[in-house]
Amino acid sequence: MIERSSTLVAPGARWWSPLGRDERLWFMVVLVWALAMFLMIFVIWPAIGDQQLTFSSYRTDTATFKAAVDASIAAHQVGELEGRPLVAPPPGDVYLLGERFQFTPALRLKKGETYRLLLSSSDVQHGLSIQPDNINFQVLPGYVSAITLTPKQDGEYTIVCNEYCGIGHHLMVGQIAVVP
Amino acid sequence: MALSGALRNAVGRTCGVTGLFVDRSSERLIIVNAVTAVLWLATGGVMALLIALTRWPAVHLISSPEWFYRLVSAHGAAMLVFWILFFEVAGLIFGGTILLNQPMVAPKVGWLAYGMMLFGSVAAAVVVLSGYATVMFTAYPPLEASHWFYLFILVFAVGALIAVIHFLVQITRARITGRIRTLPLFTFGLVVAAILALFTLASGTAALIPAWLARLGVIETADPGVYRLLFWGFGHGAQQVNLAAMVAIWYGLASLMVGARPINEGLSRLAFLLYVLFIQMGSMHHILVDPGLSHWARGINTSYFLYAAVMGSMIHAFTIPASVEVAQREKGHTGSLFAWLRNAPWGSPGFSAFALSFAMFGILGGISGVIMGGIQLNLIAHNTLIVPAHFHMTVVAGTTLAFMGISYYLVPLITRRDLFLPGWAKVQPYIFTTGMLIFGIAMGLAGHWGVPRRHWDISLSAYPFAAGTFDGPRIQMALAITALGATIAIIGGTMYVIIAAGTVFLGKRNDVPNIGHVDAGAFAPPAPAAPHVGRGFEAPGTMTLAMTWLALFVVLYAVSWYEFSSIQWGIR
Ligand SMILES: [Cu+2]
Repeated sequence: MIERSSTLVAPGARWWSPLGRDERLWFMVVLVWALAMFLMIFVIWPAIGDQQLTFSSYRTDTATFKAAVDASIAAHQVGELEGRPLVAPPPGDVYLLGERFQFTPALRLKKGETYRLLLSSSDVQHGLSIQPDNINFQVLPGYVSAITLTPKQDGEYTIVCNEYCGIGHHLMVGQIAVVP
Repeated sequence: MALSGALRNAVGRTCGVTGLFVDRSSERLIIVNAVTAVLWLATGGVMALLIALTRWPAVHLISSPEWFYRLVSAHGAAMLVFWILFFEVAGLIFGGTILLNQPMVAPKVGWLAYGMMLFGSVAAAVVVLSGYATVMFTAYPPLEASHWFYLFILVFAVGALIAVIHFLVQITRARITGRIRTLPLFTFGLVVAAILALFTLASGTAALIPAWLARLGVIETADPGVYRLLFWGFGHGAQQVNLAAMVAIWYGLASLMVGARPINEGLSRLAFLLYVLFIQMGSMHHILVDPGLSHWARGINTSYFLYAAVMGSMIHAFTIPASVEVAQREKGHTGSLFAWLRNAPWGSPGFSAFALSFAMFGILGGISGVIMGGIQLNLIAHNTLIVPAHFHMTVVAGTTLAFMGISYYLVPLITRRDLFLPGWAKVQPYIFTTGMLIFGIAMGLAGHWGVPRRHWDISLSAYPFAAGTFDGPRIQMALAITALGATIAIIGGTMYVIIAAGTVFLGKRNDVPNIGHVDAGAFAPPAPAAPHVGRGFEAPGTMTLAMTWLALFVVLYAVSWYEFSSIQWGIR
């Protein structure tokens, strides 16, 4: 005879019993669902999805990265957007710097082209949040995230900082314009 | 070695309601820890109201960004760390001494832990509110916080670590002296929470010490990537401690309220064991969109190796209501599929708090967490309001409500006073849950539409090109409803604070305190299960509810992937 015990008192000496019919069914269903989610992440989506989180990253020092950003601006600047340089780089490496309290430079990309976004910070941590598509990456000083991006829809995207970075955090924005 | 009658009377008393031995040191320490916890809850609640009314753009209550960010920093620490941990220490003392009928091993250690936690928490809060550590609860380096902030948090963490170790010593002694052979499931759950807490507090200490030394100038910098890895071993690990403690309380309240006896003791313990083995891996889902780690490391960890820890939760999600159903059916509530549920003691705050906490955690908190914790889907969730929406459903609607529910019994029994305003206690869980439900769904939607967390002014009006990003009516509406839900929940929270503090300080003294309905089987010895007749399920109502819940999970999972796939960017 199986004994059952209140959870507030010690169970008897034999508290292990085989699974009943209810528990067996539920356990199998749960196992299948856990496996399904696991396969979705590791097998199915990697095979079919256009959006993958397989970006690579490397360490840097802030001075080196800032110099690369400045060089990229000098080479590809096409104008200015409300006080920050507007850069239209060719497909390939694109630099974006988070610094208190703006994203530099403003970018103009071509729809359908593929870019490698090199993203870092020169001071504290920031959050790159591309709106309205709601694409979010963490930005750390000392590290570069190298994210391959292919814009498929033209329009103006606002970058919002969504990692608290100091008293002017809510002022920190940037822009990516995608042109046909 | 059992205490002799005379010695027992010298160091404690026998509870007039449960017949358990109540050691005097344990009693005092439970009261001070619980009262301190409730004071932190009240403090954090005031901040919550100010924050919610500021994030409602039409109101935008706090006009100083400096003060807003200070309050968000202090709110996080007060609620996520101080309220929860003081209450958990009270619970650990209860589970390690009174429930095991033994006195405390070393009361002085208990007081030392409490003293360190009290000093550390108050001092850290003073530093934050005076503007010397406006760095959020997370304090990511290289943000500048006063070195005192790190020191005070470390004092608190070490105090908590001492309390946890003290609890584990209590349990070990009970085993060694043969006072107890197998732990009650409730205490077993607390042991799981304590083991997780050891890892959690150690990880937090490892994160904070370099950050502290960097602020003191002893070392040059604290690596921001390494800090995030270690910090989240603490920040999320602490929530996993809460999860284990909350599940233990669900089991405990189910037994207390309807005499529930887990339908398979072994399976319930296995589910807890899955937490110990796998759940800490989930901490890494805070750094899914960070540089630093490989894709494989992030993926394998946040899928908890085949979602093994999630399976633990899904087992509890079935066995807890099934135990309630079986207990209710044994009482004769067999009329229909859900007669057992309809005839449950919904008027007892212990039952309503348990059931609502269980439902809110499972439906909103758990599902949202598993979805956004996957490596790909995190891209559309990270640092938006959907993150705080998720963890307010787990830590507030789930854990906090479960803590409230058990304290309606624990506080009168320990203080030997009648519950203050029992009529309020009956409705409090419903008011609190209504507010949290509105709050959670509305804030989750705002986050889904991209609204950032920890942000003073989403009008972005300083730059014309960005202004208006979040001005759409659906976002404005969602944030207004979020504030409304928060206000209702805070009314419910205020009622709890008044009832709890009122019981301690104003409740009528009573050696056999009136705690309302408690099931006769709650403290009865183990007994054979009633024979299961027929070929149907033993808990058909629970099976129906569980399958419905799983169907909702599958639908929400599929919808999330659809939303994700419709992003107009190729990303690699
Ligand atoms: Cu920023």
